[in-house]
Amino acid sequence: MFGILNFGAFIHGPIETIPQVMVVLGGLVVVGVLTYYRRWGWLYREYIVSVDHKKIATMYFVLSAVMLGRGLVDAGMMRAQQALATPGSPGYLTPDHFAQIFTAHGVIMVFFVAMPFMFALINLAVPLMIGSHDVAYPFLNSLSFWLAAAGAMLLNVSLVVGQFAATGWLAYPPLSELAYSPGVGVDYYIWGLQIAGIGTLLAGINFLVTILKMRAPGMTLMKMPIFVWTVLSSMLLVIFAFPILTVVLGLLSLDRVLGMHFFTTDLGGNAMMYVNLIWAWGHPEVYILMLPAFGIFSEIVPVFSQKKLFGYTSMVVASMSIAVLSFVVWVHHFFTMGAGADVNAFFGIMTMVIAIPTGVKVFNWLFTMFRGRIRFDTPMLWFIGFLSTFILGGMSGVLMSIPGVDFELHNSLFLVAHFHNMLVGGVLFGFFAGFAYWFPKLFGFKLNERLGKWAFWSWIVGFLLAFMPLYALGLMGATRRLDVVDPAWQPLFIVAAVGICVIGLGVAFQALQLYVSIRDRKQHPAGNDPWQSGRTLEWSISSPPPEHNFAAIPHIHTRDPFYRFKEDGGGMSYPATAGTIEAPVPTPLGFGISVVAAIVGFAVVWHIWWLVALGVLAIAVCLAARSFDTNIEEATHI
Amino acid sequence: MHEHTHSPATDKVTFGFWVYLMSDCVLFAGLFATYAVLHTSTFGGPVIAGIVNLPYVLAETLLLLTSSFTMGIALLATQQNKKTLVLGALCVTLVLGLAFLGMEVSEFRHLISEGAGPNRSAFLSAFFTLLGTHGLHVGLGAIWMMLVIAHVAYKGLNTSTNTKLACLALFWHFLDIIWICIFTFVYLFGAL
Repeated sequence: MFGILNFGAFIHGPIETIPQVMVVLGGLVVVGVLTYYRRWGWLYREYIVSVDHKKIATMYFVLSAVMLGRGLVDAGMMRAQQALATPGSPGYLTPDHFAQIFTAHGVIMVFFVAMPFMFALINLAVPLMIGSHDVAYPFLNSLSFWLAAAGAMLLNVSLVVGQFAATGWLAYPPLSELAYSPGVGVDYYIWGLQIAGIGTLLAGINFLVTILKMRAPGMTLMKMPIFVWTVLSSMLLVIFAFPILTVVLGLLSLDRVLGMHFFTTDLGGNAMMYVNLIWAWGHPEVYILMLPAFGIFSEIVPVFSQKKLFGYTSMVVASMSIAVLSFVVWVHHFFTMGAGADVNAFFGIMTMVIAIPTGVKVFNWLFTMFRGRIRFDTPMLWFIGFLSTFILGGMSGVLMSIPGVDFELHNSLFLVAHFHNMLVGGVLFGFFAGFAYWFPKLFGFKLNERLGKWAFWSWIVGFLLAFMPLYALGLMGATRRLDVVDPAWQPLFIVAAVGICVIGLGVAFQALQLYVSIRDRKQHPAGNDPWQSGRTLEWSISSPPPEHNFAAIPHIHTRDPFYRFKEDGGGMSYPATAGTIEAPVPTPLGFGISVVAAIVGFAVVWHIWWLVALGVLAIAVCLAARSFDTNIEEATHI
Repeated sequence: MHEHTHSPATDKVTFGFWVYLMSDCVLFAGLFATYAVLHTSTFGGPVIAGIVNLPYVLAETLLLLTSSFTMGIALLATQQNKKTLVLGALCVTLVLGLAFLGMEVSEFRHLISEGAGPNRSAFLSAFFTLLGTHGLHVGLGAIWMMLVIAHVAYKGLNTSTNTKLACLALFWHFLDIIWICIFTFVYLFGAL
């Protein structure tokens, strides 16, 4: 009846019981609050059934924030363990639990913090920047979000029922095969990512079509804001990279569930094929996240330097070159495979070549600031923080692209320091900048600047404290994922642990900033153009934007149309009459399908096959029924 | 002169569907690459030359190619607004598609009964997964086709059903192209 699920799956060790209870309690608190304040109807009408890109953006923000909380707790637990545990005093985590934590940390931060954060910003900004009423497929947009949420929930369920993978965030076989990971942890990993990954692929298609088909009249490709360009390149990467992830996770699942032999140690399986395939997705994934962050900075720097962007065309070319190059560097993640000198040299050189378009971008930002009247509002602070740390991370990356050097540094904390340098200092700071920049547009009031600055300074100090010691430790020979460390390294591990506490302080300031800003929202209305020097279309409409964004779609004549419009009334013009649009009707189907998808995922994990069949059938019936629904769009007069 | 009657909404759907097909193409590329890596990893079990039955595969291929032809007829008939012809051609396509599936399933059963199942070796895992994924697509296409037949039968030919039919036809031809690659790289090269 319940497959391999039994009561034992709910029994955990003493330390694992804490998060188990916390997940359950957290769920109960949310349910309790919603019931007490009678907000269920509001939640349903305003968010669950919504197909509006602005509401979906808000929900992505919430998902990302919740998962950031969990990912940070994981990071803190790891840092505490490594600061405490030396031979003879093994710390407070068992090796298996420690392995689950570093796996969950990586998976959560990449898939369920960075990706939702990115899609939140894309949802928020792209339709407004290109002068569109919504995205190309609003229903699909809602489905994409809810699938991402379903994947995240599956990960959280693994805290309560069973366990999570203890394999590292990419679940390399043969360790992730049934023979060496007999529990359900890897299955949770596979199905959480499969479900969220399908959502990502759908979102990728959606925004590609939105950008190519739904721009305001007159906005040619070379008049698009740079953020839209970087989203375009990122979505192209999603479309070409995510199917590879689907394949490789599917094959691993076939090995585990149906007893096939793709990556097993016996009967001809080839574990290195998994490593190749997953990085053929994994390296583009890095740029899927990074490119939109570059785009955000390319919007922020001109606005806060009060000067047009230097080198628009070269920015476009650089973004597109990075997108192409990101597909020919994957082997640099495992030079130690033994592919031979020629292959390693090719991939090493290609990796170095990526530094060129990235360098072009850095110089463009610097030249944009040169002789500008720079204002240091929070988004600009995040940019400065990004620029100084990102260059450091870039340098260490080029260092490791030399195969000979990489043989020394492979799997060391030097590498861990490098990619946190790129993903925290690069991607996350970029998204924080975008959040601070567009928040007033989405909600109609400004964030508290003072607390925002405190949050920034805590983050950057904490970031340097937490990750600079890892460079040194890596050079001293510390490998990643150690649950017990050499006493000689302990002081630096303690510094890193202090660093994570300072980062925690930064997050606390961000939470406080949100609280204070929401409390005082009446005193700080955003107005149409809260930064006063907005250049792109989103600043030409009210904050928050009206339901369908633009009463009349403007005709675009130049780049930075709103800036020109403010200067001399040029740049854009409005048609004489407003028209009607085909507005999508809200539907709970995206939510419903995703709930069923999560249940199907759970059922596969626990081999409850009748439930899998029932769930798949339910999804099929839902989709078939929707195809007969003629009431999916209604003409709305605006 | 070809007349352009596409609305912007239809354009958007068809274009998005093309993009989806490209991503599906990458999915199959991953499976082909896997097969290419593993096709010699037979671990003492059956090799590809030993399990190819070329006349049988040729019959499968002809079924699928003919179904693509009848799908083309259905699509042409929508432009001439001939509902009965559309329905007839779709039904023939469906029958041919199901016949292909039947042949594939019976080939799989035969192989498994001979001890050449997907658990035997990495080569057979890759073989079954590549063919099975294509077969799964054909099966989903068949279900979708029944749905489109129902749409056309109840609502006649309008912009909405024509768009659905156009996407289905794209999907069906795409699966044909994938099959041609399977036929060439798995069966023909394997039989050499």
